[in-house]
Amino acid sequence: MALFEAVGLHKRFGDRVVLERIDLAFEAGSLTGIMGPNGAGKTTCFNCMTGMYAPDRGDIRLDGRSIGGLGAAEITRSGVARSFQSISLFDDDTALDNVVVALPASRDRSFDAWRDRARDSVAQDQAAAILGRIGLRGRERVRTRDLAYGERRALEIGLALATAPRILFLDEPTSGLSADGTARLTDLVAELKGTLTIVVIEHDMRFLFQLADFINVIHWGQVIACGSPQELRANPWVQRSALAALE
Amino acid sequence: MTGQGELSQDTRAIAPFVVLKPASLVPWPLLATVVILATTPLWLTRVGLYQYLALEIAIFMIYAMGYNLLLGNSGLPSFGHGAFFGIGAYGFGLLQLKVWSNFWFDLAGAIVLGILAGALVATFVSHRRGIYYALLTIAFGQVFWFIAFKWHSVTGGEDGLLNIKRMSVPLALMSYDTNSNEALFLVVVTALALVAVICWRGVHSRFGRVLHCIKQNEMRARFLGYRVWLYKWLAFVISAAIAALAGALFAMAQQSAYPNVMSLHQSGLVVMMVLIGGGLVSFWGPILGAAFFILARDLLGAYTETWLFWYGLLFMAVVLWKPEGLAGVLRDLGARWRKAD
Repeated sequence: MALFEAVGLHKRFGDRVVLERIDLAFEAGSLTGIMGPNGAGKTTCFNCMTGMYAPDRGDIRLDGRSIGGLGAAEITRSGVARSFQSISLFDDDTALDNVVVALPASRDRSFDAWRDRARDSVAQDQAAAILGRIGLRGRERVRTRDLAYGERRALEIGLALATAPRILFLDEPTSGLSADGTARLTDLVAELKGTLTIVVIEHDMRFLFQLADFINVIHWGQVIACGSPQELRANPWVQRSALAALE
Repeated sequence: MTGQGELSQDTRAIAPFVVLKPASLVPWPLLATVVILATTPLWLTRVGLYQYLALEIAIFMIYAMGYNLLLGNSGLPSFGHGAFFGIGAYGFGLLQLKVWSNFWFDLAGAIVLGILAGALVATFVSHRRGIYYALLTIAFGQVFWFIAFKWHSVTGGEDGLLNIKRMSVPLALMSYDTNSNEALFLVVVTALALVAVICWRGVHSRFGRVLHCIKQNEMRARFLGYRVWLYKWLAFVISAAIAALAGALFAMAQQSAYPNVMSLHQSGLVVMMVLIGGGLVSFWGPILGAAFFILARDLLGAYTETWLFWYGLLFMAVVLWKPEGLAGVLRDLGARWRKAD
């Protein structure tokens, strides 16, 4: 049984059908890519799977348990974390503060309205370790808004990692990054691969074909193709698109 | 990001790392405020002011500090908070006049009524944010104001509740008489110190931290597993409870409760106090703003009936040129002073 499943997802906005009978399954420990042209429904699919939108029809299952009707907070608490295409951080705070607040231990004690959060050195140590893991050691005290773009992209993933997820959804993690930045992020995702289940929406095909175990192609709100990177190389849509850039 | 030998998940291997500076248990601005206020009976009349003025300032400091938990710390703009101030005032008066004339009972009852009304309003507004949040709070504030205005048999209508007594405060083996402004003032300053400590601890706690995160990025907080609605609800209820406390003390000070304190205009004044004091950038902004507002009202009011016009111009100037308010001005002066050193 797959760790995470989307079964018959359907979503429409007004009279526009954005997702139509989407079926996806992500095996534990795998890295699955989702690709497709702009407006294909990839991010809407992510949003439905992570609780941003409630699907009109269909179900979401984690470990066979339905989480389809839950809100974003409940889905996150069940072990689903995500990053956003538009970077979404707490910009007034330091990188360390951002990660501290994302830790499950901080969340579990978040109704404590008396004890000083600054005295929680255990949480700060854990957050510092996560920042080290994503390459931000030495940048703990920097206010998030002052971090470089690539660092903010990494911190976006760091926040998701700090929630101790079982499955991590990354929405275009290399968006806007330079070649160097993309290479560093590729290394980070490669390192995370195997330690948890990862699903990535990505336009950078080199990134996807290098890392993914399995790829789904979404177009017109439907899964039009799926398979391993090798299998997909023969797919006509993939061939027509930027796959040539890989060669 | 890789190749730096920083991939270990074993957090115990990392040396203790403390970035945040712990907040002091009793901050010096609070001590300074309490000392300045508590000594006013010794010097206030010598500078041409009077004790009731200090009493009113201290009450509005409590109100503004509680309000800033919402606006400054949580980014939730309530423009109907006068309702809870008024509910505290009416609650205190009604309990005293119709149920049991006991200071602690009436004060606690007023706060409980503020909590109940706050909980009701928060249940609806906490689903919203931004302009919709603000508009809903105005709507609810107007509903409460209308009830106070029209329910003659209970609230006294536009005349309000009169003859509210300044009751003695029963303590363990004695009772403290509050008939004089000086005596009541010390009760209010004690309440202010308590509220300030509670708010200070709250803002620097994990709970306050979550509210600050919600202020910055509500969606991100939700996707970190925080039930945002519940935090917004709690912030509103706590703020309403503090407003009700201030309202109860105000009823005691004024020896009456009237619907005007619940009006939209009066609700706007606390927003002005917080903003002009610098509540958006400093915990102590509301204290500065409340003192500044009441003093400006009294001092400008002594010269012209159009004091609110001049105050409004000043408010516009602050918003345009120094949105950090008085706290921002003091911070800049402090920085300049340290630089000169």
